[in-house]
Parts: sequence; C-alpha cells; structure tokens
Amino acid sequence: MTPMVKAEQVCKSFGALQVLKGITLEVGTGQVLVMVGPSGSGKSTFLRCINHLEQVNAGRLYVDGDLIGYRDRGTKLHEMSPRDAAKQRRDIGMVFQHFNLFPHRTALENIIEAPLHVKRVKKDDAVARGKDLLDQVGLAEKANAYPAQLSGGQQQRVAIARALAMNPKLMLFDEPTSALDPELVGEVLAVMKKLALEGMTMVVVTHEMGFAREVANELVFMDGGVVVESGPPREVLANPQHERTKAFLSKVL
Amino acid sequence: MTDVDTPPSTNPAAIDAVPLRHPWRWVAAVVIVALVVLFIYGAATNDAYRWPVFAEFLFNDRILTGVSITLQLTIYAMVLAIVLGVGLAVMRLSPNPVFKSVAWAYLWIFRGTPIYVQLAFWGLIPTIYKNISLGIPFGPTFYVIHLTDPNYFVLAMLGLALNEAAYMAEIIRAGISSVPEGQSEASMALGMSWGMTMRRTVLPQAMRVIIPPTGNEVISMLKTTSLVTAVPYSYDLYSIAMREIAAREFEPVALALVAVAWYLVLTSILMVGQFYLERYYSRGASRKLTTKQLEALAKAQMGEPHP
Repeated sequence: MTPMVKAEQVCKSFGALQVLKGITLEVGTGQVLVMVGPSGSGKSTFLRCINHLEQVNAGRLYVDGDLIGYRDRGTKLHEMSPRDAAKQRRDIGMVFQHFNLFPHRTALENIIEAPLHVKRVKKDDAVARGKDLLDQVGLAEKANAYPAQLSGGQQQRVAIARALAMNPKLMLFDEPTSALDPELVGEVLAVMKKLALEGMTMVVVTHEMGFAREVANELVFMDGGVVVESGPPREVLANPQHERTKAFLSKVL
Repeated sequence: MTDVDTPPSTNPAAIDAVPLRHPWRWVAAVVIVALVVLFIYGAATNDAYRWPVFAEFLFNDRILTGVSITLQLTIYAMVLAIVLGVGLAVMRLSPNPVFKSVAWAYLWIFRGTPIYVQLAFWGLIPTIYKNISLGIPFGPTFYVIHLTDPNYFVLAMLGLALNEAAYMAEIIRAGISSVPEGQSEASMALGMSWGMTMRRTVLPQAMRVIIPPTGNEVISMLKTTSLVTAVPYSYDLYSIAMREIAAREFEPVALALVAVAWYLVLTSILMVGQFYLERYYSRGASRKLTTKQLEALAKAQMGEPHP
C-alpha cells in the first residue's frame, strides 16, 4: 500500500539558509504523525512543503503516490503550473496557527467558500454539509457569526471544519493551539482527537505532548533541519535516546 | 454592621447627579451663531450677490447640460481610472521587473506633472498625431482613427482618467498590501487559483482600505473636471456657468454661486453613496453584533425558538 505521505531526502533552502537538510519519513493512511522540536527546527517548513506552499529544493515528496510540486517527465522534473498545484492542494487540508479565517465571511460562509467555488458543489449541498461540520465541531449555533465575534478556540474549530469541507485525504496542522489561551486548547485538541479516531491521516506540528502521547502513532523530533529521533510517542517521550531530544523534552514536559 | 447574607431585594436607584456646567462653551457657541446669522443676513440683503439672477439661472437648460456633462466626465474618467489602476497596482506588485518598471514609469510621469498641463497636452494630440492606425507594424492595417476633427469630450475624459489612474494605482496597491499574507495562504491551501484568491479573498478585504480614499478621489475628480477648459473643452458646469453665461450676462457673482450650488449638490450625493459602500465592505470588521444578530440573541434569551 502506498503511504499517504512519503518524504525522501527533502531539502529546502531560503537563499543561503538551509532549513530542511534531508527529511525522510512516511505516514501511512489513517496514521497520525506528530512533529515536535524547538522553534526554527524546520517543522512548519516541512509541513508547508507537503501542500506546496513552499517549493522543495531537493529530494522528493509524495502525497498518496503523487509527486508534490513537480511533474516527473523521465529525465527531468518540470515545475508544476499554479493550476495543477491548486488541484493537488484541494485534497490536502491545512489548519494554521493563526486560524486565517476570512474575516469578511461568517463561520458558515468560510466553510462553504471552497466547496462552492473550487469544487462547484451545489449551494444547498454545501450549506447542509457546512452545518453538519459546524455541528461536529460543536459550533452549530455560531453559523452566522463573523470570526471577530468568536473566541480563538471557536475560530480554530471553524478553521478545522473549513478544511474538512473539501473532504481531504490528509490534514496538516501547523501549531493549531499555540495562539490560544490555555483554557481554550482543550476544545481544539478534542476535535482533533475525534478526527484521528475517525481514521483521518494527520500530520501535526505541536507542543502538546499530552496529545502526542495519547493520539499519535508516531512522534518525530526535529532539530536543525533534520529528524533527530522518531518512534512511538510513549517510547520517545519516556525514554529519549538522543541528547538533544532529552534536552528539549526536559524543557517542555 | 451590614448583613451580607440577604441580597438586596431591588436594584439600587439610578444616579441622578447635577450635570457639570460648561458656561464658556455656551458663550463661544452664541458668538459663532451670531456671526453666522450676521453673515447670512448680510448676504441676503447685499444686492451685489444678485440673488434674482441666481434664481433665474439655477435651473437654466444650459446649466443643467453642464451638470450632466460634468457628471458624465466624472463617472467615465473614474471608471476607466479604477480599471487602469487595478492593472497598474497588480503590475507594481508583480515579481516581473518589466511590469514593475513600466508601472513605476507611468506613475512617475502622470503624478509628476500638473493635470492642467496634461489636459493641455491631450488637446495638442491632434497636432502631433494626424491619425492612429491599428494593425500589424509594417503589415496590414485594420482600423484608422482620424484626429483631424477630434472629439474633445473623449480627449478630456482620457486626460482626466489617465492622470487619475496613477493615484488609484497607489490606493489599490496600499489596499492589497494591507490584507495579511495568511489570507492568501489559506485560500491557496483550499485549492483556490491566484485569480480566485484575489477576487474572493484579497480584494473584498482590501476594499475597506480602498473605499475611503477612492471616495475622496471621486469628489476631487468632480471638481477637477473644471480644468478641462485647458483641452479646450467647454461644456462642463464651470465652463458653461463662468465662461459662457457669466461672460455674456456680465453676472460673474450670481453664476459662480450657481456653479457652487450644483457642485455641492453633486458632492453631497457622492458622499451618501460612499457611506453605504463603506458600511457594506466593513462586514465582519468589528466584534459588535449586527442588529439582526442582536434580535436573534434577544429572542433566544426570551426562550423563543431560534429562527
């Protein structure tokens, strides 16, 4: 079976600064991968490479068997047109640290925006599905509220529903709870846990070790643009092998 | 000793304090009102204002034609300026150095020279170019525009629009730049194309920043139409009131007042339009609940079913 995400020696540089120095990993369908590491270690950059918000410089990155960002024509790789890149992103949901909801649209309008205009779903169907998703994240009564009228936790739950509305085969979470007040973190993690239990394939960058221990199938510790250590979260968290992992975990646990 | 266990049975009475007095505010207000009344009385009784002439010409056919031409010049020039401005703004934000420098050069020329001189130049175009041929260079010609008998309305409109486009480009560029990058990232992550991201996410949010200065530009354009006399074009409100009728009737004061009255009427209408546009594009900008949302909440509080 093809893994949902397959990274082979993925490298990414911004000018002279090399942020990713050869990341190799796999995420199986239905699996949850949690990435942890100090800030600047390249976790978010790797996540953004998966849906081509950043272009990979070297190595190969596949989602569900499709090469991301390039067309492989025998001897040479060809840069993908923006149109084809957009097509690839449709099946990959992304949740951002700062939610990035559309402030000029209500919660429901945020959710139905892409199904309506990108997938051209019928309006009635999109609205029905949107309301269903709002219900799933516990915000059925907030359909007509604008993002500015919602708390951070509520906004992030709407953002998750917005990503799910495209029926993605993979969900990417970029520090989804880092911008939230401590008492709001739980409600977002609960939605993510439910999603994982329903069998969604997820790659999550987070500092929530409890979530990693409870939900993740695999934990990856990154530092300086490389994977330092990976394995089942309970083992890595309880018994880290590497000095750098130990040093990091002693600070966050 | 107070009894903390018994809650107060009623709410405390509302405070009924003696309001603070502001005598000097009153004095200043009385002085200003007196001055205004004096001025109005003076103007009404001063024969030099020629009020009967003002009344006679306010709804004069020629004046109304001038009003209509001025409005047409304003609207056509503004629409063309906004379309060109969007193009120039996108060019300036483009990573392509050719687009960037062409847009920069356009702005440099059209912002760097007075509009009056530009309009005079548009009037000189027929002496520079006798005709304009559209076709393939050194190949067949499809269409020829003869400039021996030019349409000065079109030249005036083009002159106003091309100048205005430079200013609109900067306003639109500021608006686009004001939308956080996360907004276009979120749109792209949902699979939207660049065009759709612009149309559905970026521009509607940029509008909040673009509309107030654009309202200013429309009002400014309305008044700048009085400069088309440089082209020379002479059917706008100012030219008809001051250069045609006032010169013929020897009544400059009364006809200047006619022109002033009409310019004020037109700007007032434009201001009302701007108010409604601003309100429309401020959706979601504030945490304050809309009237509709407040009603729904009040109903929910009263225990009525949610609509």
